[in-house]
Amino acid sequence: MTGVIYRPETDGALLAMVNVYKTFPVRKSFFSREDLRVRAVDGVSLTVPPGKTLGLVGESGCGKTTLARLAIRLLDPDSGSIRFDGDDITRMEGEALRVTRRQMQIVFQDPYSSLNPRMKVRDIVGEGWLVHGLAKGKELRERAERLLVRVGMPAEAGGKYPHEFSGGQRQRIGIARAIALSPKLVVADEPVSALDVSVQAQILNLLKDIQEEYGIAYLFVSHDLRVIRHVSDAVAVMYLGKVMETGPARDLFREPLHPYTRSLLSAVPMLGDAPSERIVLSGEIPSPIAPPPGCRFHTRCFMAEKVCAEVCPLLREAAPGRYAACHFA
Amino acid sequence: MNGSTGMGRNIARRLLRNRLAAAGGLVVVFFFLVAAVPALFTSQNPDRIDVANILRPPSAAHPLGTDDLGRDVLARVVYGARVSMKVGFVAVGIATSIGLVLGLLAGFHGGRVDAVLMRFVDIMLCFPTFFLILAAIAFLSPSIVIIMAVIGLTGWMGVARLVRAETLSLKERDFVAAARAQGAGTLRIVFRHILPNALAPVLVAATLGVAGAILTESALSFLGIGVQPPTPSWGNILTVGKNYIEFAWWLSLFPGLAILVTVLGYNLLGEGIRDAVDPRLKGR
Repeated sequence: MTGVIYRPETDGALLAMVNVYKTFPVRKSFFSREDLRVRAVDGVSLTVPPGKTLGLVGESGCGKTTLARLAIRLLDPDSGSIRFDGDDITRMEGEALRVTRRQMQIVFQDPYSSLNPRMKVRDIVGEGWLVHGLAKGKELRERAERLLVRVGMPAEAGGKYPHEFSGGQRQRIGIARAIALSPKLVVADEPVSALDVSVQAQILNLLKDIQEEYGIAYLFVSHDLRVIRHVSDAVAVMYLGKVMETGPARDLFREPLHPYTRSLLSAVPMLGDAPSERIVLSGEIPSPIAPPPGCRFHTRCFMAEKVCAEVCPLLREAAPGRYAACHFA
Repeated sequence: MNGSTGMGRNIARRLLRNRLAAAGGLVVVFFFLVAAVPALFTSQNPDRIDVANILRPPSAAHPLGTDDLGRDVLARVVYGARVSMKVGFVAVGIATSIGLVLGLLAGFHGGRVDAVLMRFVDIMLCFPTFFLILAAIAFLSPSIVIIMAVIGLTGWMGVARLVRAETLSLKERDFVAAARAQGAGTLRIVFRHILPNALAPVLVAATLGVAGAILTESALSFLGIGVQPPTPSWGNILTVGKNYIEFAWWLSLFPGLAILVTVLGYNLLGEGIRDAVDPRLKGR
């Protein structure tokens, strides 16, 4: 472990998060005075270049969704910095934040709770235009129809309510809403996880087409490695609030460096290019309230040695352009 | 706000399929009509005194009999419906408005605002409402306006709690986060995204609240501190009725029935709406 410590390239990046921390308070019981906090995101750095896709992968509960929401300031970080398109948005407030938000949008996992059941589809899609004074009335209606057609919906869908559509169609509506303001960045938070496999492919292709057409960058969150491989240019693997490995998608999938990444890949048949044996992890993911000392992963790692329980490995360059947080990578 | 939506239609259909609720709705509509156009139901003047025909039992001329001053009981019950409906709706309107505003404030702001408002609710709930109303009216003059105001001002706590709970859960929903990401302001989020979705349970509470308000008004008028004679109200007709109950049963029975049927109607309708909007019953 001699490589250079990972430092996100903030120049030229659309989104750059540096050393971002986020904890949530938990209260064990009414009488408990202990100040316990879930360390959801524990010092994460990453960048998303313009027009590219960074895939963020990890088990459920590893902090991916929290990180995704931090990226577009739906949550406020405890510390660290977030730069978007050259501006520091870490503590941005009020009107400045409202205007910046036009450039960054989100597609949610649950197509049911992400659309207001009391609003017509065209009003959902066009809400951004309305609040930014870009279109209203007849013009909003027409623009919403064009946009709906673009995402593969019938134009008449605009006059209907969300409950009249299937999960896949609702997700198309959610995508239409996300791209309505022509953002530079879209955070896709498990956008296909709630859908049937056949519908997943359609939605993924739609997202790819849109990326090519509009040059949108994605921060693409998923627990599904096949999905991540399909969409990502670069990948970051998270475990218990920390990035374990990051690098170009092709390299990472061909030759994972971190034992955690290797175990993840081995769990998906036919995914790793090199035939590998199934690595079965023992035990459960530890509680993020009291993460293990040293390397977060050492309690389940098949390579763990004494040092792993004592020293937390930093994210270091292990091969050109590739970083892993492991003492043995 | 939701009558035209597909969801609203769905609820209406489920409501109609529930026979008890439909019957309740029919009763409500009927008494609404009685209150709105009393001339349709009686040609008599409720205040016309006829000393020659005191305490007459029901007959062709007086279908529900006459009272101790010879006034037509049907006419008095019909015009009494006006008072009941008016008190029911205005009082519930006041209570619901207060409850909505405070519930939204507490739920959306959370923290200290929430704590203060909810303790205020707890305090208000500690008072035995009926005696609070009695005390208030003892200080003020008993008029229909005062009664409506007092019933409204003591009946908002349930709605406030309901709206707060709904708001707490709604503000964490993804569509609210999406609206924020779109750049929507707080007012827009509260009134466009949270309030419309919190209204269904409020509608139920309001419907049941009308029944409660009508009962309270009747009780106050029965005790003589509600609507003052000669304005007819179901409660003050009953007051007269109790003096003659041994030989003029009609004077107690008919206003009593009117109260019973109306309150039952609102309760059935309210429970029907609750079942219709309850997602657990979806698809049945």
